[in-house]
Amino acid sequence: MAEVSLQHATKSFGTQIALVDVTMTIADGSFVVLLGPTGAGKTTTLRLISGLERPDTGDILIGGRSVLNATPAQRDVAMVFQQYSLYPHLTVRDNLAFPLRSPTLRTPEGEIKRKVAEVAEVLRITGKLDNKATALSGGEMQRVSIGRALVRDPAIYLMDEPLSSLDAKLRADLRVELKGIQANLGATFLYVTHDQIEAMTMATHIGVLDRGRLVQFGSPRDIYENPVNLYVAGRLGMPRLNVLPADVFGGAPAGAKTIGLRPEHVSQGAGKSTRVTRIERLGDQTRLHLKLDGHDIVTLTDVHTDLEPGDHVAIEPRNPLFFDAGGTRIA
Amino acid sequence: MAEIIVRNLRKQFGSFPAVQSSSFKIEDGEFFMLLGPSGCGKTTTLRMIAGLELPSSGEIYIGGEEVAQKPASQRDIAFVFQMFALYPHMNVRKNLSYPLISQRMPRAQVRAKVAEVAAILGIESILDRPVGGLSGGDRQRVALGRAIVRNPKAFMMDEPLGALDAEFREHMAEELRALHDRMGATTVYVTHDQLEAMQMGDKIVVMNHGVIEQFGKPQDVYDKPATMFVAEFIGSPSMNFLRFHGSVERGATSVKLHHQALVVPQMREPFDGGLAFGVRPEHIRLTDKGAYRGEVKATEYLGTTQIITLKTAHGVIKASAASDAVARVGETVGLEFDGTTVTMFDNQTGRALRSALNEGVLAHG
Repeated sequence: MAEVSLQHATKSFGTQIALVDVTMTIADGSFVVLLGPTGAGKTTTLRLISGLERPDTGDILIGGRSVLNATPAQRDVAMVFQQYSLYPHLTVRDNLAFPLRSPTLRTPEGEIKRKVAEVAEVLRITGKLDNKATALSGGEMQRVSIGRALVRDPAIYLMDEPLSSLDAKLRADLRVELKGIQANLGATFLYVTHDQIEAMTMATHIGVLDRGRLVQFGSPRDIYENPVNLYVAGRLGMPRLNVLPADVFGGAPAGAKTIGLRPEHVSQGAGKSTRVTRIERLGDQTRLHLKLDGHDIVTLTDVHTDLEPGDHVAIEPRNPLFFDAGGTRIA
Repeated sequence: MAEIIVRNLRKQFGSFPAVQSSSFKIEDGEFFMLLGPSGCGKTTTLRMIAGLELPSSGEIYIGGEEVAQKPASQRDIAFVFQMFALYPHMNVRKNLSYPLISQRMPRAQVRAKVAEVAAILGIESILDRPVGGLSGGDRQRVALGRAIVRNPKAFMMDEPLGALDAEFREHMAEELRALHDRMGATTVYVTHDQLEAMQMGDKIVVMNHGVIEQFGKPQDVYDKPATMFVAEFIGSPSMNFLRFHGSVERGATSVKLHHQALVVPQMREPFDGGLAFGVRPEHIRLTDKGAYRGEVKATEYLGTTQIITLKTAHGVIKASAASDAVARVGETVGLEFDGTTVTMFDNQTGRALRSALNEGVLAHG
């Protein structure tokens, strides 16, 4: 395992700018998640590190040494893609062993056997080792493709939305598993997703990308509680951040253009009167849709609330987020 | 618009029973969800109501008329599929007009109707665009428009949002529900996404292996599941089951597991054998005291809340707590269960035992 860093990396494809002056250090043993919508530059970052693309300017360091002139194989990275891409004619065992049998690694067969058994155990696919790769469920196939990366001991694991094609239950299970594996191995992970729950639950650090720029890098709690701008604040949180003109409640700091309210920023019972437009019951939580001077606000309320559409609820902000006209956080 | 009643509906494909004796009632104007995993028979049920599939036996009433063996064309319902089946060579206006023109509606009336539907869906500005260049959302709106324009008795929707990405799906779900609130049309909607079902439905039917497991209001189904399948399928993380051998008496207000008395809603039936103590993650509290203990294995930060994975004498369970609650990995903590919310199950059959909590719901379920 090693520390990996990008230094002022910029990359464009023709006139399309993919990454702009990104500087970021992925510390040895950390789990960094890059978060952003389609086109933010997440996958490009992975491809630059793996050597599938070369930056226009800037440098990439693995273990303190520049790897710009190294081939993907020489860089010693392991990549997991969204599609499982297993070898359909091989058994699970041979799929897992495949990277170790590559001519550059020359792993002894005894070592391969031990390594495959160990990884199969961790991913709970021991019973399926002799199945053909095609005779597996989707979740098992994805575990094998993750396992194929884990049998190696690379400088860094690069993962491109490895869970996004799985159903919700399996995704939740694999989230916990993957996080546990990373922590136990002390491995360095760079993981790309647009799913905020994956980012929040697994990352030691989150990097938020906006149109090729790294706008914030920090712990999940830091990103959620102290977003630097409106864009970052809006990326995290369920229900989504409410964005209103700063003056609807009064008491906004000078220069504030908008106020950002998460559910925990809305206290009910006193303040401005709002009208209930809808009660959304999700079982474990009940969402309250409110109308305030023509603005929509969504917050949470008691699961078994008696409120009904048309009722009035007084609300006031509690430690909300304030942003200036450019979207920069000012309080 | 109309009420839909399904009675003892069965469908057999060869020797495979796709739907086994289903009965439920959809009130006029209701948004009704058929929920279940793939292969549970929900789509087959929908197709039988629509008339795309004829039932092996049973009755279907749409607006009081028995239609089970009638073809789709005589039922006056509209179907919206997962893949927005639009006519690719026609523009948006023609796609919307087509169902009316084929009904021989006069031109002027067609124009007025299309304009009205376009206004409801907010697609007036794209009426003259070819459907090829439209975004996924606009294509979905056009597909809906084509269903609405005929003023059918009811709408059938088969995972209409399944092909959209998560963020956009949530947006369209809200739009669809708001549209339903404006039009008040009876809608039957198939999905495997429990959150979608909770979010949009007035009522939910949960199906598994061709059998209706439960039928009711979303919150009731969540709070008072009739079976372990329902308890597990609805809610994320799903309900925790502490499995043990023991017995409960009628009128008991606690159960004994691992030498500990845990509070439960007053039981309305006795049981002896394999039991499961079902408790939702948000009804577990970490305390210093608490005689029932568990070791914290992992915490997952979610902003407003966190999910805590714990190892107990009865297996791994998940608790959900406010994100400022303290839980350190490796620590052993006491657990408190909110006994008023607990459901006891027969672990063998998965059936919920009747208690003061759920007897009202289970009785007419």
